[in-house]
Amino acid sequence: MADDTDTGADRGLRSPLRRRLLMGLAGAPALALMPRAAWAAPATSAVNTTGLAVTDSEVTVGILHSITGTMAISETGAQEAEKLAIQQINDAGGVLGRKIKIIQEDGASDWPTFAEKAKKLLVNDHCAAVMGCWTSASRKAVLPVFEQYNGLLYYPTFYEGLEQSKNVFYTGQEATQQILAGLDWVHKEKGGDSFYFIGSDYIWPRTSNKIARKHVENVLKGKVVGEEYFPLGHTQFNSVINKIKLTKPKVIFADVVGGSNVAFYKQLKAAGIDLSKQVLMTISVTEDEIDGIGGENIAGAYACMKYFQSIDNENNKAFVAAFKKMWGEKTVIGDVTQAAYLGPFLWKMACEKAGSFDVDKVVAASPGLEFKGAPEGYVKIDENHHLWSKTRVGKAKTDGQFEIVYTSPELIKPDPFPKGYQ
Amino acid sequence: MLGDYSLGDLGAIFAMQGFAGLILFSVYLLMALGLAIIFGQMGVINMAHGEFMILGAYVTYLCSTFFQTYLPALFPIYFFIAMGLAFLASGALGMLVEWGLIRFLYKRPLDTLLATWGLSLILQQAYRSIFGAREVGVELPSWLIGSVQVTDTIEIPINGLFVMAVTILITVCVALLIFRSRFGQQVRAVMSNRAMAGAVGIDTEKVDRYTFGLGCGIAGVAGSAFTMIGSTGPTSGQLYIVDTFLIVVFGGAASLLGTIASAFSISQTQSTLEFFLSGSMAKVITLLAVVGILMLRPQGLFTLKVRR
Repeated sequence: MADDTDTGADRGLRSPLRRRLLMGLAGAPALALMPRAAWAAPATSAVNTTGLAVTDSEVTVGILHSITGTMAISETGAQEAEKLAIQQINDAGGVLGRKIKIIQEDGASDWPTFAEKAKKLLVNDHCAAVMGCWTSASRKAVLPVFEQYNGLLYYPTFYEGLEQSKNVFYTGQEATQQILAGLDWVHKEKGGDSFYFIGSDYIWPRTSNKIARKHVENVLKGKVVGEEYFPLGHTQFNSVINKIKLTKPKVIFADVVGGSNVAFYKQLKAAGIDLSKQVLMTISVTEDEIDGIGGENIAGAYACMKYFQSIDNENNKAFVAAFKKMWGEKTVIGDVTQAAYLGPFLWKMACEKAGSFDVDKVVAASPGLEFKGAPEGYVKIDENHHLWSKTRVGKAKTDGQFEIVYTSPELIKPDPFPKGYQ
Repeated sequence: MLGDYSLGDLGAIFAMQGFAGLILFSVYLLMALGLAIIFGQMGVINMAHGEFMILGAYVTYLCSTFFQTYLPALFPIYFFIAMGLAFLASGALGMLVEWGLIRFLYKRPLDTLLATWGLSLILQQAYRSIFGAREVGVELPSWLIGSVQVTDTIEIPINGLFVMAVTILITVCVALLIFRSRFGQQVRAVMSNRAMAGAVGIDTEKVDRYTFGLGCGIAGVAGSAFTMIGSTGPTSGQLYIVDTFLIVVFGGAASLLGTIASAFSISQTQSTLEFFLSGSMAKVITLLAVVGILMLRPQGLFTLKVRR
């Protein structure tokens, strides 16, 4: 079907002989003008043996995030970063000589919708890969679909771990990567020996706090003086703040999410808890969330993440500049946004290493891949489909940015099924 | 858990906890007042109540940005102006909605539920398109931030006191309006018997429109006040809607006093339980208690004898 629309040059690429002929005809000046990748593009039949949506000039990739509904707040940044990455890849010649065509679907903050749209992207559109999902619930909903139809998902959010699928690559951190280094740091630098855990009531905070509690009690020999969960969307924290005042913990360890987050920090500030004196460490506040919380309400708090917008390296400066150019000067970039940006690049590298878009070959080629151009710095893919990454601690400033006060010296190995923490 | 603390500590905590309960009471009452008028007096199940509140919050956000940029000298008092504008904006939208949608559905109360739910979705998407999907931060003047140091250990949040003051003011105004003014008399007349009220010359359509607008306007003020303690985003209204209905239904739909009593009992239960148990358990027990009481007393705490 695509043959009718092919340009002469494209058709020529199929046979090595004609390619050489063409090269001879075109001569050196014309060659310099041609995008290099176009010459290297292998035949479609060779790179796509499983019926994916790959033509001689295009490969289709899906984006599946919530554009509407509650989660749109968080997922906006992720899909913006993915589009930026794909545009940059296309500008540099695409993947295996083919430009990426995006098909975007809206998960609408509704988990069954995510599953339905995932099926559409795989079955109708034959996407070679899908960048998407944010909450664990949405990932759990699409997982059976990706496994059944042998799709490929790049999932950007830091999450609780306890999962590993052939069909998913996790570009955010799993819980032990994110939490343990931060707890060690706060224990050593701030003398944190008593902790108060406060979180929203669903799987991620509960699992994260379970891991944190084991680490505090067994490794740091500290104690947990309180552990509280509130329903999603809870807006009144005065009682628990009084409890915190009563128990006087050295460290408040917070994983409250969504609108509750805003209420929690505003009320903490109003109750006279001064975050420059009371140590608070959060694993759920990125630059994105501070936009809503207000920098003055959270200044002084420590966040434990793998990425902050303020990371000082060349990759990140270029990334931040490109992101702002595409999405506006005022946008901020949080941890998940950066992790989402990695997805398309990791997929591109795996395709090129495999010399194919076939999911099985891409999956087989992925472990061990190294990406040195990541804004967060060097990362590599582990056998277990998670990324090796550094963990950083940032101190929130009033302007909504973080000042990085600690970076783990080495890349931390992902460990989605941590022994001794379950 | 209280064994290890000195008497002074305990006293301070009880005082602060008492205030926490009172602040929660004010918050609950403020968010329920608008609905008490719309649902209680008019019988309209307004699922878009939260979105009217968030309109007020967004008006406050716009005001804060405007005053910061153009009139920084007046920034310390912008909040009062913002609340006034929030009342007008939400009230005007409310009257428009009543005119375009609700008035056709007075005889079909269950359809209002669907229609207003649809309206809430439309409004949410409108906010998302206009203000963006991300939450916005509303800057407060410095005098509204922080806490009052009563003694060494007792600290009371200023924004909590401010919400309390607003709640008292609005409650008194509503009570005066409903029970002491000519307009209130007409509202009560229409509520108790629409046909008779019409027959004695009350313009029932106009009364309906103003009542609905009043309820929505109060929701706007509530939303404006809540920018101090909560989040402002397209879907933030959803955070309040369940509690709001709970309070109005529990209090007895047609009674202002019932709403006050219900907000008080629910907030005190919630805040005390939250202190001694965990947040989620407190919610569960509060809801169970409410369900239990409503089974015994389906009409709510207080009821007026109304001829429908």
